[in-house]
Parts: sequence; C-alpha cells; structure tokens
Amino acid sequence: MAGVETKLVYFSWVRERVGKSEEKIVLPQDVTTVMDLLLWLKQRDDGFAAALEFPEIIRVALDQEHVEHTAEIGAPREIAIFPPMTGG
Amino acid sequence: MSAFGVTVRVQSEDFDQAAETTLLTKGRTDIGAVATFSGLCRGEGETLKALELEHYPGMAESEIEAAANAAVKRWPIDGLLVIHRYGRITPGEQIVLVIATSKHRDAAFDGARYVMDFLKTNAPFWKKEHRVDGQEASWVDAREEDEQATKRWK
Repeated sequence: MAGVETKLVYFSWVRERVGKSEEKIVLPQDVTTVMDLLLWLKQRDDGFAAALEFPEIIRVALDQEHVEHTAEIGAPREIAIFPPMTGG
Repeated sequence: MSAFGVTVRVQSEDFDQAAETTLLTKGRTDIGAVATFSGLCRGEGETLKALELEHYPGMAESEIEAAANAAVKRWPIDGLLVIHRYGRITPGEQIVLVIATSKHRDAAFDGARYVMDFLKTNAPFWKKEHRVDGQEASWVDAREEDEQATKRWK
C-alpha cells in the first residue's frame, strides 16, 4: 500500500551515526525484504552510509521481534535497527 | 506473558540480591537449590569511569521473558527472577541478576546459565564505555564467545 508511514527506531552506534533515534518514513514499494531496507537506507545519506557500512552485522527487529535479513518486511508498525547486543 | 514463577524487571535502580533471594524462598520447604548469577561493572584497571547502558524498552523485557519462559519449560525450575539495569553504572555496581530456584541443583544452575547466555545475545542492551582519561566514549563490541555460548543450548 502506497503512502503508509512506518516508524523506524535506531539504537546505540547506529542511532549516533544516523543522527536520530527515530523517524517515520514511507518505504519504497520495491523494498520488500529486510536486506532491501538496509541497502535502501544505506544510500540515503552519509550518516546511514556510515551506520550501515557492513549491513550483514546489523540486527533488525519488526515490531520488537528479531528477524533474519531474508525476512519479508510485511506491514509492521515499528522497525528497529541496531548493532549486535552487548548486555548482561 | 510470563510463565508462572517467572519475574523480569528492567530498571535503572540498583537491586538487593539478598532481599530478592528471600522473596523467592521465604516460607518454602520444597526448594533445595538456589543458583544466583550477578554481573558487575568492571573498572578495567581503573581506566573505566562508567558504563552507559542503552536499551530498547519493551523488547528488552520481552526477550528476557522469552529466555526465562524457555528455561522453565526445559528444566523443573520453581522460580526464576531476572533483573537488568540500564542507564549509568559505575565500576563495582551491579548490572544484572539471575536467580533460579529448584528442588535440585542441576535445574537451578542450568536455568540461570541458559537465561544469561540468551540474554547476552538476544536482549537489546548496548554498553558504552566512558573512560577515566576523558577519551571519547566508545561502544563495547559484541563477543563471538557469547554467540558460541548461546549456540551450545540448541
């Protein structure tokens, strides 16, 4: 569906490099998988290029559930993008 | 949703390990084992001023709950408490607490360790190190050993 906004949230050094903690965007129609999304975001500006320089290490959660890069995005309310976790 | 006996708290305040243990065992005569793990902030030879722990509210809780619920399904665990802090934490302070209670020690030990291993790789927390020498703060890198520790439970 065209024109539907999705909330993107960023954490840790991804957040710092893209320069914001969240935003609402309309995803292009040809962005269907998680990897499509990372590659599309990466070419948006220098901040995203720095944050997503190595997209294979970046973790993504759709509505707070971890997903693989091959996953179809579908229509989540919230997409989170962050580095490998270092809690504990 | 948490299974019966599972409690997960994500908070900025410190916690009292002894008080939490008492809550899990008070008045009980069926518990034979209490396994407790607590993770502390290291000073790294007095080079670290503080850790700043960032988390993803909501998902941090749900990922820890998922690990805790899986543990109580896998082992005969009676009670399982997990507390993880966020915010600024200085050397010597507590970061994380896992307490597992059971009739026997194996379930308590294994359950506590399982939760810690999954929490490390799956719960959305990130540590940033602030240095005593005033160098620019830097994010802690994820460790391959942690990934391997989680895989061993598969």
